[in-house]
Amino acid sequence: MSNATTAPANGEIVFYEVDEHAHPEGHSTALGFWIYLMSDCLIFAMLFATFGVLGGNYAAGPAPKDLFDLELVALNTAMLLFSSITYGFAMLAMEKGKIAQVQVWLGITGLFGLAFLCIELYEFHHMIHVGATPQRSAFLSAFFTLVGTHGLHVTFGLIWLVTMMVQVGYRGLIPANRRRLMCLSMFWHFLDVIWIGVFTFVYLMGMLR
Amino acid sequence: MSADTHASATSHGHADHGHGHHDEAHSHGSYRSYLTGFILSVILTAIPFWLVMEGVIENKTVTAIVITAFAVVQIVVHMIYFLHMTGKSEGGWSIMALGFTLIVVVIAISGSLWVMYHLNTNMMPTHDMSIRR
Repeated sequence: MSNATTAPANGEIVFYEVDEHAHPEGHSTALGFWIYLMSDCLIFAMLFATFGVLGGNYAAGPAPKDLFDLELVALNTAMLLFSSITYGFAMLAMEKGKIAQVQVWLGITGLFGLAFLCIELYEFHHMIHVGATPQRSAFLSAFFTLVGTHGLHVTFGLIWLVTMMVQVGYRGLIPANRRRLMCLSMFWHFLDVIWIGVFTFVYLMGMLR
Repeated sequence: MSADTHASATSHGHADHGHGHHDEAHSHGSYRSYLTGFILSVILTAIPFWLVMEGVIENKTVTAIVITAFAVVQIVVHMIYFLHMTGKSEGGWSIMALGFTLIVVVIAISGSLWVMYHLNTNMMPTHDMSIRR
């Protein structure tokens, strides 16, 4: 404001920018999506805290040692890791504008994601079958909520991934689709980051208790 | 990451330097960076699993601390190689949001564990009822 009063005094013409700058479509999507991921991270933090507090309350029920099969968890982790790098390859193919390659890598990523979900559902089924249901103890409630929420995220990621394959199939790699693929990439890698916390603090630490 | 830059994919985003607060050319990484991240992740995953499955370290507390350290390192590896986090992405706003989130996460988790641990130890009846750690 000081400029406004002093400038006319020395007789120079001063230009002010009154209009707001143009905001091209999607120019802040990455940051917005990142902030969404951070808020999602807070959800998981609360679930981890709950598990940390209740993870030892077995109510005379089964403990992690009786339930977890680390070889299965290692296989699951491998599936998610593979899907992360294949999604990375899809992004690199997108950079080069190769639609067919993008579709193939997305398809492979989807298969790895599906394998992860199937293994997790098999594990849940097995646990419920032997009576380790969420109602059994505070440990199991916290376990199913935390791991289940992660699994739900992977499920929605898969739905999104299939949607993107259809989108890319119909419209090709238009700017909007590139933006969406970039968001899904962040989402998918973020889920892998959460899984690092899950296998370390839930499964490996559980076996140590 | 702006969509308009992607439209000129062949030019690798150098056409609109005026736009400039994020570097498109490097934001998606390369085969080399993805492979580096992947190999590091495999190693950082395999070691904690091996430590726990084979019971390499006798002391459980030490094992827990070691696998936590591996998890932290692996999260950083994922952030750098897969999520392409740098201090400069989105003009520094990404790292600001991440830093804020980390502070809240640390306060929430450590605070919950600390408070609830003391509640447990102070309020449990003398006979061993349900806590079997």
